[in-house]
Amino acid sequence: MKLRSAIYLASAALSLALLTLASTLPSGAADKVDPVADAKAFKKFFTDKFPKVKLEDFVNGPYSMNEDLHKQWQEKEQFPPYEFSLEMGKEMFSKPFKNGKTYADCFENGGIGVRQNYPYFDAKEGKVITLELALNRCREANGEAPYSYVRDEMAALTAYMAFTSRGKPMDIKIPNDPRALAAYEAGKEYFYTRRGQLNFSCATCHVQSPGERIRAEILAPALGIVNAMPIYRSEWSGMGTTSRRFTTCNSQIRGVPLSPQDDEYRNVEYYLSYVSNGLPISGPGARP
Amino acid sequence: MASTIRVRATSSGETTEVQALIQHPMDSGFVKNAKGETIPPHFIQQLTFEHDGKNVFIADWGGGISKDPYVKFTFKGGKKGDELKISWVDNKGATDTTTAKIQ
Repeated sequence: MKLRSAIYLASAALSLALLTLASTLPSGAADKVDPVADAKAFKKFFTDKFPKVKLEDFVNGPYSMNEDLHKQWQEKEQFPPYEFSLEMGKEMFSKPFKNGKTYADCFENGGIGVRQNYPYFDAKEGKVITLELALNRCREANGEAPYSYVRDEMAALTAYMAFTSRGKPMDIKIPNDPRALAAYEAGKEYFYTRRGQLNFSCATCHVQSPGERIRAEILAPALGIVNAMPIYRSEWSGMGTTSRRFTTCNSQIRGVPLSPQDDEYRNVEYYLSYVSNGLPISGPGARP
Repeated sequence: MASTIRVRATSSGETTEVQALIQHPMDSGFVKNAKGETIPPHFIQQLTFEHDGKNVFIADWGGGISKDPYVKFTFKGGKKGDELKISWVDNKGATDTTTAKIQ
């Protein structure tokens, strides 16, 4: 026991040292919010760390990190496990609500090929609107009950919308509005803040250790991680949305998850999507 | 509802490689739900692949097979354009059948 806690302490200290190093790297000037420089530094960090991985390959998460996994994945993609969900989403998307309207009426371009524009900052409300939130608002505006943010229906709908946008570069805009910059900065702060009993931040795994194993899994790089959402995870034997990914990440580090689509989660998604700008949408994805 | 069975069969002359993905909960009967109630067993008992009036592959399954099972096998024979007939029966007597052309 003593030895084990000593190892934990040592590794915690080491990762703290590493993380201070890592977090000073991508941020550059910490006193001023500069998303453009952030995104550039963020991409550079990953391309320097993984010189062999093509930029557009980062969206394939752990499969971009490991050759064996990559082979398995290519085989799996012939029969993707998310196919059933995707089909359900397609059906749901075209089915009118009780009032005769459809999802297409809520979105620009009928909701087809627009996934890369989410999340966006809404100037009227002064907050970040994610695709999941927009979908539930669409339902409520048409007199339907909202879906759970975590899986099943929401995952199916977002899967279909992502599928119609495959290959389009992520295109998140930060308007010249102090509230938008504040939301971005809050998301970034959440991403780099340690929490939970294990005292991990999001970055501990996804910036510091992508490609490394965590138990039997291979960690995905944070760059492009949102581009593949929603995902079918073999571990879940089912689909999960971005919300599900955030909440399970928090509980896995033995922290207390927020509720899905909480302000902080939406801000994190805003930050992560922005720094992954230019990388193609690859959702729905499959993960081990 | 679309078919629960997805099949892709490709002939390489001598043999045919078949891949199938089946949508099924495959409940073992040993798992409890969030309320602590046991989820009753519900699994595919027999899966059959038929080619040219002959069964080329039969799987007798139980609750130990995972949800939405994936099967891959090869058999001797089969040529482009031939038909495969795939069907399953589960322990509740439900069944589904589909046909696929060998590519």
